[in-house]
Amino acid sequence: MENLIALLIAAPLLGAAVLLVGGRRLDAVGHWIGTFLSAASFVFGLILFADLLGKDAEHRTLTQHLWTWISVGGFQADVTFRLDQLSMTFVLLITGVGSLIHLYSVGYMEHDERRRRFFGYLNLFLAAMLLLVLADNYLLLYVGWEGVGLASYLLIGFWQHKPSAATAAKKAFLVNRVGDMGLSIAIMLMFTTFGSFAFGPVLSHTGDTSEGKLTAIGLMLLLAACGKSAQVPLQSWLGDAMEGPTPVSALIHAATMVTAGVYLIVRSGAIFNAAPDAQLAVTVVGAVTLLFGAIVGCAKDDIKKALAGSTMSQIGYMVLAAGLGPIGYVFAIMHLVTHGFFKAGLFLGAGSVMHGMNDEVDMRKYGGLRKYMPVTFITFGLGYLAIIGFPGLSGFFSKDKIIEAAFAKGGTEGWILGGAALLGAAITAFYMTRVMLMTFFGEERWRDRPTRSPEEPSAEPAAAHQGGAASGHAAAATGEPHPHESPKIMTIPMVVLAVGSVFGGAFFSLGDRFLHWLEPVTGHSEGDSPLSAATVTGATMVCLVVGVAIAWAQYGRKPVPALAPRGSLLTRAARRDLYQDDFNHVVLVRGGEHLTRSLVYVDHTLVDGVVNGTAAGFGGLSGRLRRLQNGFVRSYAVSMFGGAALLVAATLLMRAV
Amino acid sequence: MSFPLLTATAALPALGAVATAAVPAARRTAAKWLALVVSLATLALAVVVLVRFDPDGARYQLTESHAWISDFGVRWELGVDGIAVALVALTALLVPFIVLAGWHDADPLETGSRRWRPTQGFFALILAVEAMVIVSFEATDVFVFYIFFEAMLIPMYFLIGGFGDRAHEHGEKAAATQRSYAAVKFLLYNLVGGLLMLAAVIGLYVVAGNFSLTEIAEARANGSLHMATDTERWLFLGFFFAFAVKAPLWPLHTWLPNAMQESTAPVAVLITAVVDKVGTFAMLRYCLQLFPEASKWATPVILVLALISIIYGALLAVGQRDIKRLVAYASISHFGFIVMGIFAMTSQGQSGATLYMVNHGISTAALMLVAGFLISRRGSRLIADYGGVQKVAPVLAGTFLIGGLATLSLPGLAPFVSEFLVLVGTFTRHPAIGVIATFGIVLAALYTLVLYQRTMTGPVKPEVSAMPDLRVRELLVVAPLIVLLIFLGVYPKPVTDIVNPAVKQTMSDVHKKDPKPEVEAAK
Repeated sequence: MENLIALLIAAPLLGAAVLLVGGRRLDAVGHWIGTFLSAASFVFGLILFADLLGKDAEHRTLTQHLWTWISVGGFQADVTFRLDQLSMTFVLLITGVGSLIHLYSVGYMEHDERRRRFFGYLNLFLAAMLLLVLADNYLLLYVGWEGVGLASYLLIGFWQHKPSAATAAKKAFLVNRVGDMGLSIAIMLMFTTFGSFAFGPVLSHTGDTSEGKLTAIGLMLLLAACGKSAQVPLQSWLGDAMEGPTPVSALIHAATMVTAGVYLIVRSGAIFNAAPDAQLAVTVVGAVTLLFGAIVGCAKDDIKKALAGSTMSQIGYMVLAAGLGPIGYVFAIMHLVTHGFFKAGLFLGAGSVMHGMNDEVDMRKYGGLRKYMPVTFITFGLGYLAIIGFPGLSGFFSKDKIIEAAFAKGGTEGWILGGAALLGAAITAFYMTRVMLMTFFGEERWRDRPTRSPEEPSAEPAAAHQGGAASGHAAAATGEPHPHESPKIMTIPMVVLAVGSVFGGAFFSLGDRFLHWLEPVTGHSEGDSPLSAATVTGATMVCLVVGVAIAWAQYGRKPVPALAPRGSLLTRAARRDLYQDDFNHVVLVRGGEHLTRSLVYVDHTLVDGVVNGTAAGFGGLSGRLRRLQNGFVRSYAVSMFGGAALLVAATLLMRAV
Repeated sequence: MSFPLLTATAALPALGAVATAAVPAARRTAAKWLALVVSLATLALAVVVLVRFDPDGARYQLTESHAWISDFGVRWELGVDGIAVALVALTALLVPFIVLAGWHDADPLETGSRRWRPTQGFFALILAVEAMVIVSFEATDVFVFYIFFEAMLIPMYFLIGGFGDRAHEHGEKAAATQRSYAAVKFLLYNLVGGLLMLAAVIGLYVVAGNFSLTEIAEARANGSLHMATDTERWLFLGFFFAFAVKAPLWPLHTWLPNAMQESTAPVAVLITAVVDKVGTFAMLRYCLQLFPEASKWATPVILVLALISIIYGALLAVGQRDIKRLVAYASISHFGFIVMGIFAMTSQGQSGATLYMVNHGISTAALMLVAGFLISRRGSRLIADYGGVQKVAPVLAGTFLIGGLATLSLPGLAPFVSEFLVLVGTFTRHPAIGVIATFGIVLAALYTLVLYQRTMTGPVKPEVSAMPDLRVRELLVVAPLIVLLIFLGVYPKPVTDIVNPAVKQTMSDVHKKDPKPEVEAAK
């Protein structure tokens, strides 16, 4: 059975190779090849899942060794896969949501002339992401880790004729590289400490080394996680990443890749458990990010950027939970899975809205769309209820558990972290209600108004429209939009994800199913909470109601202005992502430019000059030879002969002695 | 007497060079084909060497020894260890691609040009360089090594000074002036290094009484040849300086950007991917084997210089406006990694450095040759003259991106393995240096992706709108290199298996053992 693990990765990898090398011939069928291979990987995943369920809880680990990758001295890296409950969960999420999004993209990208390449990149992403979660050692994980980064780079920049898309792609890769430094150093530390960086040897020997070493490793892993999962301080790339086509935002920048940091921390639980300082850092990063993302999400008028802020915030919850240790690991992953459903659904819904609105992304130009896009409205609405934690829906179960666990950390830390998580729940309810109201309710603000001004090029120009004839598209793009429901191939994946958003949490929580499933890998402990579970749930509900009510007061009761009001200081800051880019620009970009420019000058004048000058100093060799440029070879020969003559002299001297 | 295989690997391109030069002026195409066939035959011979070499056998294999200049005890002594085999194979592998990529680089501008058969000369010189580089890798006689180490400067000088890019922003006359400046600078730097080395070679002869690397190294190892500490250090410095110019190491690097900028892309590849490797190879073979104590004495300074090269080269690459200069500074950064790996004195560092030499050769060839194809289409080396190429020439852009990703050491491609080995090998002994060097991976992403963004993405510039995509000949150059980058990225074992035993020997020459991990968890 374990031989099937490699096929999980091989199927989408084959797809990527065929689609990217195959050329124009495959344009007509490329998207179906990609979708089929993604679905095939999902089927392999289901077969393996059934196999694992057939074993006892303690023996649900399969390993497959393929070949020795690197072996130098004691440094040994193998291409070995490990499928246990944790990686199985990810495999099903990645291939399941991935296949749905492939299907959706068949419709969404229908009129893009580079659709084949798009599916090639999506397949490449799946293969890399599966490698990331199936690797049995940190170095192989690194390959998947950078592989998803590459796929993300290619897909954010998919419409690379747009300078903004190309810049966003580069930014994402660069910020992630800073995180990769952390992963590199963590692996090097593991090697010097344990002589290995495979999961088994490292995670089972954490007791044999000092807490200091483990804290260092943990902090470096956290740095890596911050990059990939867009956590403060490496969060700045995620908002810009929305330049990519919307299915990409749904799959990579919401449901799967950005959660890789959470996977890394939970997988390395044994290290963090023995390094409380590193754990504290993880919880702080999580708590700060969950508020940061939520605040940014409140101020954005671009529907995708509002959702991106939300993603950052929800991953903050997961990171917070992962930092709590065994109390939180299971719930971090549970929230990760439910979030995968509802956030992917929300993004696909946003894509569907844009599809019907000439690619308009500004929510101030939406309004009243529920009548025109009923399926999108209902599925998006269910996703909305799930994310704000409406009782009975997915988010209710998973988020509530995280808030409980945060309080259960105990002490002042517990109160602060739990308070932050509660506050985050209120803000989540606010910004999601805002998105919902601005998009589907209220006046139809798109009437009598062209959606695009000519000087502001469309965010998604290539995602042309189903229904609208390609020839009429150019005219429609500047005229009044005619909102319409998306075709079935797009709405079906949305419906499936909505079902997951509604029932996932309850299904996982019933009889603590998810807990029992993951516990053998992650361990679990009950904390000692100062508040009862019922109190926490009650408080969460109050927060939810308050958040919804404030949003209703602002965006439901009175009409939404077509132009954003100036807003409070906080709103303006949030609109600019709390000045993260301004900071980066001034400190890193400008500073870096000055540094490289002055170095270029130094290299040209100082280094070159000094070395040349020194050479000239040695008997004026340089200057004299330069004057002899044309006859240079002669002088070269003279030197050679001079050298040879010296050699003869030395030999004779030796003989004489 | 068995067939002198090693001599043949050098003699074949040498004779090929003579034959190519002798092709009549009118038969330019014949000269090209001859050069290509000779380089492929040399590759075939190198493959035979690779197959005949037994990684677990004697240290030097396929040895040959003949009296040459008997008065000075100079012998034609050849032999290869695993490190040399890998580099001979790299050289023989890259030259056919260099020839194929440079197919039209030396076509006369107008018929009846008065210049002396430039086409024949171009390809003959490339083959001559190949022959000399191969002897440098194979020689086990210090004097033979020295002769060829220096002699290769002559054909390189003519290749840099005589053949440049067709178009130049300041016209043909300015181009000729700059070319000749670059060629002279190249020669001067290397010559000064070479003269210091000559003094050290003579000094070594005075001390040891012969030129045989194997004999001297053995005598050093068993204690029968004692060197005073000062003598050893001076001799070491003489050798090291020459190699550090050629590698090149900061602050002796400034000849490289000029040389790579002014020569045609295939010649730039010949410089950085092949010729410069002799410098790092020789550090590993001559400095460490002949002067182990002095090598250890100099290690702290050399590691710092290597670290400066890594960061400084990368920062300067970020600041370049010229595509070829950018690649040159990137190479300086990469040579810093190689030198750091060698002097980390760990098996990961040294095997990683050797693998790095091979991988850097392939990845730079891929990036630089595609850059050359790009430059030949637009007639400019300036990054700012490009934009939106991806739209009109997607295959060219795609291969350029893969070359770039290899340069930034993307995991899954060959350079990642070597770069990580060098980093980890350094980190185990010098954690601080290893951590600072890791910043190089961020900077590498910066210069590569900025280059790609500015040239390939964005709106299509009018000047590039009619740019044709890669032609069949160009694809034949790039595709095999990309396949190799992927293959060695997922399965570097064929190279490391050959290199590891040789590195083990070198480690024992310098009396160094890998640091032990704190916890033996792997067992």
